[in-house]
Amino acid sequence: MKHLVILGAGTAGTMMANHLSHHLKRPEWRISIIDERTEHHYQPGYLFLPFDIYEPEDIVKSIQEFIPKTVDLIQASIDRIVPAENKVMMTDGSVVVYDVMIVATGAKIAPEETEGMKGSEWHQSVFDFYTFEGALNLRNKLRDWKGGKLVVHITEMPIKCPVAPLEFAFLADSFFKHKHMRDKVEITYVTPLSGAFTKPKATATLEHLLEEKHINIESDFAIEQVDNENKKIIDYGGREIPFDILVTVPTNKGDAVMERSGMGDDLNYVPTHKATLQSKAYQNVFVLGDASNIPASKAGSVAHFEAEILTENILRFVKGEPLKEEFDGHANCFIETGGGKALLIDFNYTHEPVEGTFPFPGLGPLRLLKESRMNHMGKLAFRWVYWHMLLKGTHIPFVSATMSESGKHYEKTETV
Amino acid sequence: MEKVIAGKTIHVNEEGFMTDFKEWDNTIGEALAAENEISLSPRHWEVLGYLQTEFKNEVPLSIRKIGKSGVVDIKEFYQLFPKAPLKTATKIAGIPKPASCI
Repeated sequence: MKHLVILGAGTAGTMMANHLSHHLKRPEWRISIIDERTEHHYQPGYLFLPFDIYEPEDIVKSIQEFIPKTVDLIQASIDRIVPAENKVMMTDGSVVVYDVMIVATGAKIAPEETEGMKGSEWHQSVFDFYTFEGALNLRNKLRDWKGGKLVVHITEMPIKCPVAPLEFAFLADSFFKHKHMRDKVEITYVTPLSGAFTKPKATATLEHLLEEKHINIESDFAIEQVDNENKKIIDYGGREIPFDILVTVPTNKGDAVMERSGMGDDLNYVPTHKATLQSKAYQNVFVLGDASNIPASKAGSVAHFEAEILTENILRFVKGEPLKEEFDGHANCFIETGGGKALLIDFNYTHEPVEGTFPFPGLGPLRLLKESRMNHMGKLAFRWVYWHMLLKGTHIPFVSATMSESGKHYEKTETV
Repeated sequence: MEKVIAGKTIHVNEEGFMTDFKEWDNTIGEALAAENEISLSPRHWEVLGYLQTEFKNEVPLSIRKIGKSGVVDIKEFYQLFPKAPLKTATKIAGIPKPASCI
């Protein structure tokens, strides 16, 4: 019996387990998924937790609930992988041997990469919202904060969900308005990029929104250290930004297992072919989701589109057929802008987000790169879609894995 | 769009980044540096040469990579090309603005 092993039971790994369980069956195939954790977190929910919009129970379910019964769930930790021998060495001394491996170990924050970030003020006045603990501590802080300087900060790219810090700034504006204390809070958005976002059209729209909401922007800021004593962040050029609360997105890195196994790049991301999702170093290893180094967004929607294409490629691979070079970097993200509205962006490797309608060209009902209440409803409805459709690998109607160019207002053939 | 600099015509995008590295030479580099109020020292040239080599080898550039390159540390990179060093240095080197992974 052949063995397919999935590392990581987060969004990407769980989707692959569900997809493949329909195709690779006993007695020819056995599928296992390895994850040391027991809880599956709806990570987009971390954004809403600090503002008391979601409760912890909206975000957390058990991993087991979403793994098909025909798939073996191994709840144990990995010491290292020996890809040359097709082996996964577990910390308890056991060895898992595979024929095909899928790496879906995700990305994590690494605040220790920046001097002083994980210092005395960590989770006192310096917070992350990319972990459950960070988001929850921040919620408790914001509940009775009296105001001051709120600095929302990105350490370096790439990060998971690159729009999340902007959404945080927008929701903070809305939150303090609602509490009738917006005049007591100064919000500053600090980014290492030269503007609000990485793509020009979306940057223009988002910078306009920042301005409208009186959120200051400090761009090209490459942080050197957090000064805990004087509560300020300092960049390599000596620029200083003071804070009362710092909400930072620390450096994101792939799993340390990749470093121990010699499979990662300098940020522990696994070098991956961007159109087939096959590892560049090992033919029987495939990578999806945040764990890979492909130049696409690190976002659940990307993992979802990848999963549809990767399923096909794995089936081709086990039959000895050539892989399809089909993945185009498709991403689709709602951006909460506060006040019950949101934007929607849809883009890929070559096409930046533009205005238009989605998913039906000319009809919508969702509007691209424009604020609307319908987009906000879409974002909230997405949580249901995530738990009930996305993880189970159900195809989302009318939304294809590769991006559609119809209904979008491109000026010319644009490449990003 | 076209731009005349140091007596030569080069092609640049709307942000002023050269779109054809083959058009670049040292005098254009010096002129682009002057536009950014930088006069190029031997250290600057070392860093520019490194960036151009990485570009030719299709290695994506980032502040982190440059800091670990052994050619220059981040602090000095900022001293050589103040404010937004990666953007300024790549512009002077005649190579595309590094696409930040999104």
